[in-house]
Amino acid sequence: MAANQASTDVIIIGAGPVGLFAVFQLGLAHLEAHVVDILDRPGGQCAELYPEKPIYDIPGLPVCTGQELTNRLLEQIRPFKPEFHFGEMAAALAKTEDGSWRLTTDEGRVIVAKVVVIAAGGGSFVPKRPPIPGIDAYEGTSVFYAVRRIGDFHGRRIVVAGGGDSALDWTVNLAPIAERLTLIHRRSEFRAAPDTVHKMRALEADGLVRFELGQPTGLKGRDGVLEAVTVKRPDGTSFDVGADVLLPFFGLTMKLGPIANFGLNLNENLIPVDTARFETSTPGIFAIGDINTYPGKLKLILSGFHEAALMAQAAYRYVHPDKTLRFQYTTSSSELQRLLKVA
Amino acid sequence: MIVEVRMPDGTTHRLEALEGWRVMEVIRDWGLPIKAECGGACACATCHVWVGAEWVAKLPPASDEELEMLDGAFQVDERSRLCCQIIMAEDLDGLEVELAPESLADAPVVRLAVGG
Repeated sequence: MAANQASTDVIIIGAGPVGLFAVFQLGLAHLEAHVVDILDRPGGQCAELYPEKPIYDIPGLPVCTGQELTNRLLEQIRPFKPEFHFGEMAAALAKTEDGSWRLTTDEGRVIVAKVVVIAAGGGSFVPKRPPIPGIDAYEGTSVFYAVRRIGDFHGRRIVVAGGGDSALDWTVNLAPIAERLTLIHRRSEFRAAPDTVHKMRALEADGLVRFELGQPTGLKGRDGVLEAVTVKRPDGTSFDVGADVLLPFFGLTMKLGPIANFGLNLNENLIPVDTARFETSTPGIFAIGDINTYPGKLKLILSGFHEAALMAQAAYRYVHPDKTLRFQYTTSSSELQRLLKVA
Repeated sequence: MIVEVRMPDGTTHRLEALEGWRVMEVIRDWGLPIKAECGGACACATCHVWVGAEWVAKLPPASDEELEMLDGAFQVDERSRLCCQIIMAEDLDGLEVELAPESLADAPVVRLAVGG
């Protein structure tokens, strides 16, 4: 099988806390899992939105941060050796001739499995797009939400917008190779790491970075080729900055994305499931955690954990239709303890 | 007490609010489509509102954390707040807020019961 193709028991879409715990529950049922997530690391919202914020309602853990919970879940599922595919978005899902599912990611990876578990929370984290009229015409040619090859920006007139780590990191990294780099931010304080802010200020003192207070409100150019960014100052006046490239860094937001095209019944961007198996309208596709809906649903991490446990029981029957899954406890089952590598 | 919410489509909604509730929770639980991704943790900037000009000075000032998170919002001005950080109280009866377009959810959430 090619390097970017794999076959497994279960594909989990989403490496947030619920997707991670699904690996555990599936593992206890002797099922292997591959996990796909658009973020470059595990944890989902816990990692992206509140890695340092406290969580108080995880049973048995009086307090932990989003990152600590992620780390503990990774430790808990380590015996099951899940295959992670980070930085990839689940793009398309199709049924194979033998009744399996074939998931294709936006990086061209293909994974085939009997069962798909959607644990995608609020959807895929994607960059926030500034509400600038006509910005879509420049995206991919002059407006970029990420930097892949620094060399592409050599000798360009660059405008970086934002005040967080991404904005400041790229300001510092691109200023030396840009023809001119202008950083625009709505205030003179920055969220970014103080060390990076110092580096930016040093580059500003050397004339390699120009810093302007303001927010981007307009783009000038034609046929996707940018000529200037219009910037609105805090006092309401505007000015233009000549630019070939705009890099907006305003953080990430969640969009349902291609899951909407998987052919599942949707209810206001949530996926209705039954509460015995947490299965969607399509047999073999399950939805757990924040992305599902059913009468009485509460968007709590602990709800997702429960849903993962019941899903795993039902998933087993798809992978091993001719076998019976014995219900056992980790406390007393030497078989489960061997799986967990503690016996 | 009442919160008056203007949505990006121009419609205005007078919502009964309860003391101690976050304005974000009032908007969400009346079923209006607000993103509020982080659920009120001041961690995402997707409950950005512009408060009515006369209300700016009546609200408790934004914390440093709220000001930092507002860096992830758009068209931020002196009327900008994250409405998960505004706690309803008697002296805010009649508060006017306008939801910023980027904080509009793709679709309404399930409406929950609200008292009052």
